[in-house]
Order: sequence, then C-alpha cells, then structure tokens
Amino acid sequence: MSLSSKKDAQRVSLGDSLLVETACAKLAARNVNVFYGEKHAIKDVTLDINCNEVTALIGPSGCGKSTFLRCLNRMNDTIDTCRVTGTITLDGENIYASKVDSVYLRTRVGMVFQKPNPFPKSIFENVAYGPRIHGLTSSRSELESVVLTSLERAGLLEEVRDRLHASGISLSGGQQQRLCIARAIAVSPEVILMDEPCSALDPIATAKIEELIDELQHNFTIVIVTHSMQQAARVSQRTAFFHLGELVECGGTEQIFTNPVNRLTQGYITGRFG
Amino acid sequence: MHVLTLLAVLLCISLLGFRISQSRALSLARTAGLHSLPYHHGQFASLAILLPGLGVILLWSLLEAPLALWLALDHLPVPPNLADGEVRLLIAEISNIAAGYGGRQDPALLAAAWHYRELRQTSFTLAASVAVSVSLGGLVFAWRRVTPSHQARNSVERVLKIFMILCSALAVLTTAGIILSLLFEAFRFFVHVPFTAFLFGLEWSPQKALPAEQIGAVFGAVPLFTGTLLIASIAMLVATPLGLLTAIYTAEYAAPHIRTVAKPLLEILAGIPTVVYGFFAALMVAPALRDTGAMFGISISSESALAAGVVMGIMIIPFVSSLADDIMSAVPQSLREGSLGLGATQSETIRRVVLPAALPGIIGGILLAASRAIGETMIVVMAAGLSAHLTANPFAAVTTVTVQIVTLLVGDQEFDSPKTLAAFALGLVLFVVTLALNFVALQVVRKYREQYE
Ligand SMILES: Nc1ncnc2c1ncn2[C@@H]1O[C@H](COP(=O)(O)OP(=O)(O)OP(=O)(O)O)[C@@H](O)[C@H]1O
Ligand SMILES: [Mg+2]
Repeated sequence: MSLSSKKDAQRVSLGDSLLVETACAKLAARNVNVFYGEKHAIKDVTLDINCNEVTALIGPSGCGKSTFLRCLNRMNDTIDTCRVTGTITLDGENIYASKVDSVYLRTRVGMVFQKPNPFPKSIFENVAYGPRIHGLTSSRSELESVVLTSLERAGLLEEVRDRLHASGISLSGGQQQRLCIARAIAVSPEVILMDEPCSALDPIATAKIEELIDELQHNFTIVIVTHSMQQAARVSQRTAFFHLGELVECGGTEQIFTNPVNRLTQGYITGRFG
Repeated sequence: MHVLTLLAVLLCISLLGFRISQSRALSLARTAGLHSLPYHHGQFASLAILLPGLGVILLWSLLEAPLALWLALDHLPVPPNLADGEVRLLIAEISNIAAGYGGRQDPALLAAAWHYRELRQTSFTLAASVAVSVSLGGLVFAWRRVTPSHQARNSVERVLKIFMILCSALAVLTTAGIILSLLFEAFRFFVHVPFTAFLFGLEWSPQKALPAEQIGAVFGAVPLFTGTLLIASIAMLVATPLGLLTAIYTAEYAAPHIRTVAKPLLEILAGIPTVVYGFFAALMVAPALRDTGAMFGISISSESALAAGVVMGIMIIPFVSSLADDIMSAVPQSLREGSLGLGATQSETIRRVVLPAALPGIIGGILLAASRAIGETMIVVMAAGLSAHLTANPFAAVTTVTVQIVTLLVGDQEFDSPKTLAAFALGLVLFVVTLALNFVALQVVRKYREQYE
C-alpha cells in the first residue's frame, strides 16, 4: 500500500512542447524507454494521461502501442526479457520505484485485453474474481451487489441476468469483452487500460463498447489502443500518435485529426502512410 | 539360390520397371497431357511388379514345407498307417536330418531326407521362376498402361491405403486376440474355481495341494487386490503431490533455461529400468525404513509395502509432472494476464485460474500414472515380497496381482492346471481395471481439450 493517492499534477514539466497542460495528470510518463533484450521498442516517450479523459494511442502495427500501454500497469514484468527505464508516475508516485508492489498497482490500473479472455468459470465468478482475491466485500450479499453493479455498468446485466451461473465462455465475443470490462470495473480501479478492445468484434458490438467507454469516462481514466481512426475520433479527448517506438505527436483529438502538426501524423490519419 | 537373392532380383526388376515407365511417361508428357505425373507411373510399375512377385513367394513359403514333407513321407518304405504322434516324430526327424543334424542314420530315413531336400530345391526353383516371370509380366503390363488417360496416381494411392489398413488391422487383431485368449483361459479357470470364490475369497495360497472340490478355497484374490491397492495408493500419495508441485514449478515459476534442463532430467526418471528401481527399493530403501522404524519402536519388515510404494511413487513422478506441466503450459497466457491485470498475485493466479482450468487434464495424468502403478511388477517382486497377506498395514509384506501372475507362471507348470489358469483370471481383472482407468482418463483429458477450442 505504498502508493499514496495524493494528487500531484504540479510535477508535470510545463516546458515540454508535447504536453497539453490540464488540471490533473493521472499518469505521467517521463523519458520512458523499453527494451526487449536488445530491441529498443519504446524510445524516450514523455506523455501525460489526464484523469477522467479517454486517451487514444494510435500508430502503425509494431510501433509499440501495446508495449507502452503495458508499461502503465507493469504488465511487462511478466516478460523476462523486458526492461523499462525512465519514470512513470501515478498520482505523482513513481510506479517503477522498488518499494511499489506491482500487484497493488494493478488493482488501481486495470486492463482489458485485445482478445476477450474470460476465465473458464461462471459469469458471476468471473466478475467476483477481483473482489474475492482482494477481500473487498465482507458478505455474500455485498459481493452480489458489486457483481450486479459491475455488470450493469458494463451494459451486460440485461443480457445475462437469468444465466449468471452459465460459463463465461458461452457468451458471444462482444458479450465476453463486456464481461471482461465488468470484471475490471469490479475492483474499482482508477485507470482502465484497453488494448484494441474491439478488434475481435463486429460493428454492433463495437458500438456498444464505445458507448460504454463514453459512460465509464465519467468515473475512470481510460487509455485505449486502437487501429481505427474513427474509433479514436469518436471516443477519445486526447490522441497520441506513435511511430517506430517514438511518440510523434500528442494533443487534443480534434486538433490531431483536423490540424496535425507532424507530416507523419497527417500521412497516417489520412491513410497515405509510408 | 537363396530367398534373399530372389527378393533382391524382384527389387531390381521393380526399380527397372520404375525407370522405364517413368521415362516413357516423361516422353509422352511432352506431346500429350498426362492424367498422372511420370513418377506416379513409375510407382505404378513398381507395385505391378512387386505385388504379384511377393505374392508368389509368400504363397510358396506357406505351402512348400508341409507339401515337401508330405511327399517325402510317401517316399518312406514304412507302413503308412502310423499313429499321429509317430508321424510327427518322423517328420521332425526327416527335417532334422535334412538340415544336417543327423541323429539316427537309418538308410530309409536318410533317403527320405534326401528326397525332401531335393523336393524343396525343385519347389524353390519353380517358385523363383514363377515369381520372376509374373514380375516381368507386371513390368510389361505397367509399361503398356503408360497412357495419357491411365490414372496411375489413383491406383497407387489405393494400394497404399489398403496396405495401411492391413497394418492397422494387424495391431487391432493382435489386441483382440490377446483379449480373447485372456477371456477364454479365464473362463477355463472359472470352471475349476467358482467366480465368486475367486473375486471375494480371502485366502490366496495356490501352492497348497487340495482335492479338486476344495480348490476354490485357496484362490481367493482379495488379498492380492488389497495389496495392489495398498502399494498403488502409497505410490500415488508420493507421486501426486511431488509431481504436481514439480509441474507447477516448471510450468509457472522456472526460468526458461531451468525448465529446458529440468524437464528432460525428470523424464529420465521414467526411463530407468524398473529392475534398477527394484534393487534400489530392496537394498537401500527397505533396510533404511526398517532401521528408522526400529529407532521409533515400530517393526517394519524388511520387505514392506511402504518401501515398494515409495519407490514406485518416485518412479511415476514424471508421469504426473510431465503431463501436468504440458497441460498447465497449454492454459492460454491471456488467462494469466487477465488475472494478473486484476491485481492477483502469481500464486493466486495459479491457484484460482491455472489449476482449475488445467484440473481435468491433471486428473487424467494422475489416472494414467495410477494405471501404471497398478501394472508395475518388478519393484514389488523385489521389495514387497511374495506372500499374500490381507492387511492394510503399510509396514507389512504384501503382494500384488502382477507379482502373483509372475509366480504362477514361473517354473514347470501344467498348462491347464487351475494354478496356471489363475494367472489368466488375474490378468483379466488387471486388464479390466487398467482399461477402465485409461478410458476414464482419456475421456477426462478429451473433455479438457474441448474447453478452449
Ligand atoms: N515479448 C516481446 N519480445 C520481444 N519483442 C517484442 C515483444 N513484444 C513486442 N515486441 C516488439 O516490440 C515492438 C512493439 O510491439 P507492440 O506489441 O508494442 O506493437 P503494437 O504497436 O502494439 O503493434 P500492433 O498494433 O500490431 O499490436 C515490435 O517491434 C515487437 O516486435
Ligand atoms: Mg498491440
């Protein structure tokens, strides 16, 4: 429990041209480099993620979006060859400091993956998983209400109300992804990281998830990786464009899509890339 | 000429046929579109040559020896109305002399043997020439079939398919034969000993000589079943926790370079001959156990179920660990990340996600290991003794089904005494039990596989 929740936006360096200075930076990356063995996957990235906003990470395949996203909750710790330098702060505290417990960090920074990955357990158990391991609830009825609220907020409750004890795997792809979002919400994180959450879904399921992101934005800080320009434009307030491991441009989504500063960004968003 | 030479000749002809047909097909292909590729025509020719040739040789080898003996017997100037046994004796003698191990130098027998040898010579020459000529016929046949429309590939594939079906049929038939002979002999045993007396009787001492009416009393197999169960349970008690923990370590915690070394090393355990485990159990573990027991005032006999069970447990650790490791590694990484992403620790992830997902597969592995433990013989013979006691005391000497099968069949036995036949009845029980275990295990493992597909 070493991360204090004290808000500390003042440490954002105002001189950095890439930053848009807003009231509160939930997550702040400073000169982050990531290496997979010899491979230099993220090069000196400095980026702020504001609270109660949706930040979209875009860029061509292999540019390091997932890698950067996984740095934000230290998911890269699970890869043996991966090495991270620089600092990332959550509410002003360095999450790579040696006294920080990555397990506790991940309860504050949750993650939704590209492919829906519900546990082979019942729908109820999937959502109850997080509250259970953290001992967040003291009674069965409290647990039930947490599960139901989470499903509700993920927009799944109506569809599964009468089969909470069916296997999570029996749901459709879109429902599975919303189940995973409900599962992430259930531990009440402060930040939710989403790595291409809609890439395995059809347009209707995608629209549902996008609606959901709009809803969630009021309570959570959201970082989303996406390959769809339209999606980035629809759901995010800020957009960061990555290219070959470098952060090329970052700004308000409006501005990035209508008036990009960098030629590379312009090429990418207009589809004239390369 | 020798059979091997003949085979070599056939092979040469078939190679020749392959070349000829292939080159003819190649030259044809320049002018017309062929249905099959040139080398298919070549293969067709090889088969058209080899199959009839080999068929002739096979037929000859089946028929020639009995035929020649029969003709040689006719040649013998002894009265033909001999008893069956005597004829067999004569036949054996003739073929012995013909093979050069002359025993009794009876001139008439000698003449018959000579005749027998000549007959075999002629028949071989005959067969060889027939085989070579049918192969040559095949060569011509195949050569003439090299036409654009001939479906050589289809024929070749059909022949190959039939060949594979025959191979698999052989395996299936062998299994069926073994099962049938087990059933049949076990049935003969149950003519002597009532089925219930065998399955539920409490005394096993087949060495006792008893009159036929009371014989059922000494063939009670319950002590053997309990002995088997006792030793197998001890083995599973050792192997399951050790194997599972090993698997969890190698699959979840070990760095890749440790895993690549540790896993094969563990699997070597399964490759050690069971005799080696046997004397390890008998010469080291059992005395050590006995001495330790003595220290605490427990009497452990120097042949004990405990010693055999512990060593057997060590032997089957890799069965459990290797399979469980494979199955846990097959649990998708995305599930682990999903759990870690919710702030679960690694051990929580293993306990609550990986193990439950892998559980059916792990149970399958444990059942396979159990069927291996039940069928194991050597360690028990050497470390647990031969005497059948009805006891649940792991410090006592017990014996198992497999061990008794061995002791029943070793030494001079009449084949149809109840004592020998009892081995088949025991074998049948063992077979049914391991079959059931394997069946359940496979069912469970299959069900597991469907989970992520
Ligand atoms: N575990 C790993 N080991 C070694 N290299 C890796 C590993 N994961 C990613 N990389 C490399 O790091 C670079 C960035 O990968 P990353 O997955 O972050 O790209 P991405 O932007 O998410 O691409 P995509 O849009 O295709 O998902 C790539 O060149 C990739 O090859
Ligand atoms: Mg990615």
